[in-house]
Amino acid sequence: MFRRIIELLIKEFLELKRDRSARFRLLVPPIIQMVLFGYAATFEVFNVSTAVLDQDQTQESRSLIAAFVNSSRFDMTTVAKTRADVQNAVERSDAQVGIVVPPGFAELLRKGQTSPLQILVDGTNSNTALIALGYVGEIAGSFGQSYALDLAQRTGRALGHPLVQVSMAERYWYNPNLNSRWFFVPGVIGTVTLITIVNLTAFAIVREREVGTLEQILVTPIQPVEFIIGKTLPFFLIGLVVVLIAAGVGTFWFNIPFKGDPLVLLLGTCLFLISALAIGLLISTLCTTQQQAFSSNFFVLNPMFILSGFSFPIASMPQVLQWLTYVDPLRYFLVIIRGTYLKGVGLDILWPQMLALGALGFGLLAIAVMRFRKSLD
Amino acid sequence: MNGSAGAAVEVDGLTKRFGTITAVDDLSFSVQPGEIFGLVGPDGAGKTTAMRMFASVMRPDAGSIVIDGIDVLAHPEKTKRHVSYMPQRFGLYEDLTVEENIRFYADLFEVPRKLWEARAQSMLVASDMTQFRQRLAGQLSGGMKQKLGLTCSLVHTPRVLLLDEPTTGVDPLSRREFWQILYSLRAEGVAMLISTAYLDEAERCDRLALLNRGTMMYCDTPAGLKSRMPGAMLEVASPEPRKVREVALALEGVQGVLLVGSGVHVNVDDGGRRSPQLAQALAGAGVQATHIEEVAPTIEDLFVALLEQNSEA
Ligand SMILES: Nc1ncnc2c1ncn2[C@@H]1O[C@H](COP(=O)(O)OP(=O)(O)O)[C@@H](O)[C@H]1O
Ligand SMILES: [Mg+2]
Repeated sequence: MFRRIIELLIKEFLELKRDRSARFRLLVPPIIQMVLFGYAATFEVFNVSTAVLDQDQTQESRSLIAAFVNSSRFDMTTVAKTRADVQNAVERSDAQVGIVVPPGFAELLRKGQTSPLQILVDGTNSNTALIALGYVGEIAGSFGQSYALDLAQRTGRALGHPLVQVSMAERYWYNPNLNSRWFFVPGVIGTVTLITIVNLTAFAIVREREVGTLEQILVTPIQPVEFIIGKTLPFFLIGLVVVLIAAGVGTFWFNIPFKGDPLVLLLGTCLFLISALAIGLLISTLCTTQQQAFSSNFFVLNPMFILSGFSFPIASMPQVLQWLTYVDPLRYFLVIIRGTYLKGVGLDILWPQMLALGALGFGLLAIAVMRFRKSLD
Repeated sequence: MNGSAGAAVEVDGLTKRFGTITAVDDLSFSVQPGEIFGLVGPDGAGKTTAMRMFASVMRPDAGSIVIDGIDVLAHPEKTKRHVSYMPQRFGLYEDLTVEENIRFYADLFEVPRKLWEARAQSMLVASDMTQFRQRLAGQLSGGMKQKLGLTCSLVHTPRVLLLDEPTTGVDPLSRREFWQILYSLRAEGVAMLISTAYLDEAERCDRLALLNRGTMMYCDTPAGLKSRMPGAMLEVASPEPRKVREVALALEGVQGVLLVGSGVHVNVDDGGRRSPQLAQALAGAGVQATHIEEVAPTIEDLFVALLEQNSEA
């Protein structure tokens, strides 16, 4: 028994070494995902193209506009002469945001009254729009505050009004600079591992079926269980290495601090890999060609990604979809990896996720093994 | 039961249905150790289905299979060590070398290293493949792949060998080497069940079963089958085989006409009487014919004649 499993293991690694498409499936997704999420994906918005129309043309209006430009959030791409210019710029996508300072802006300010400011935002990219609008509010607010302070210092003390100010001091825990990379990279490690391992496992088995080696193996004295172990163990080991490398890149290349206990993460990873292997095995029982495996991969992995809470909050999903997230192993693993990585929490906090992941993994594995044995008949 | 004591394979009443079609219908025969038994039939005759049931990768709907005295359906695991099955398309690992493939199957059967190495060596010599040991299986020619498949199927010295169309798509030289190996296995007492759609190859078997649409029509030695051939076979050499057929079919006493490589085979009820009549008719129709002679029927002639007889009945 031992000899047969070892032989299957050796064979699997030899094939992986020589099969270009398998190597591709092993190496490319992790690299692409790490690079994309490490560099490209960010919730922050910089250099929003902006059209500005200053109808007031006063010292105040100019310093407000300067405040926008100096923030590096906005990039003045169009200096408009009329309202129509602003509208055009937004329509042609030359500008995502239009800022219109109406006439009389300064006059109202000087009187100590609220002065309106018109902002046009291209809502087609709702995410950027929302974030940009947030910056507008922030910048306009701080401009207003310092102007008011200024005004008060010149006039207020004479009037005997004490100036009251409320300021909010924000502190973000676990990710003090709200760096989106810190949020994304640990999540990517989970996603990448899932994609890679499900893919490799499903393809490796479907290929045996397609090429005819599966039938060939079945007439040898090998037991189905031996075959399943021999076929999944290599990908379990590969999964551990993928997590190790991805975590290494996250820590040493992207400088994301690893705060927790590596052993806790290792335990979570092992449980998570069991689920991934089981899903790969399940897909392989439903497909007879690699082409089918490819498309069903897509149907399974995409929803798992979306339902995992990777970037869309689970609490905002409709109730039915929220229930579905309970059978998504990625959901639990993301909590475990973000928890160990960023928060440094241990088993005392993460045990419910570990338990759920373990139950899910072994449940899926049992179904997969049963289905696989049936598919052999 | 026709099974004699010590038969290597005994099949009785074997039946397999797929929905409405009966792929194998009430098949019964036995194979002795050291016998090459051929399953012959056109595509869809049920050869592969039968083979898969013998190899216990498919369960029959009815009937029994006994290999080496062990009931295959009751104890599929017990027979696996003594049986080897080479599917129509042998599943080689194309990314592994010749040697790695052999080693893989040897290990699955837990053959001691010394034993399989010696066996593989002699098989590779016999099939003229020693210089390809390190070549990837995916880069071998069709014939070499089949020979490697055979080598892999034989590393554990099975007592029963099941070969499903092993020489389809194999060059003549490799085919001859392939059969040499089978003959030497026969000498070792291995029982072989071989399916083929090549009728010339069927003549090499010790006994044959003719299958058509799942039913076994005849089962005999090649010579015994030929003696069942009704009438005689006339071979006509002609540059216009189609015209020969046209003329022959219109003639009295002609039971069948078959175009073969060397000319036209005309099956007649009485060779001595019909031969001059055929020559006359051809001359009358202005069809060229270099010569007409009575020949021994081939298995192909036989098969066509038997099939026709059967469909008329
Ligand atoms: N798995 C299957 N499902 C349905 N029909 C099948 C299956 N395997 C074979 N058949 C049918 O059974 C018949 C015999 O097929 P097969 O045994 O492959 O014939 P052969 O090997 O002689 O060409 C054919 O009609 C084929 O379509
Ligand atoms: Mg077949």
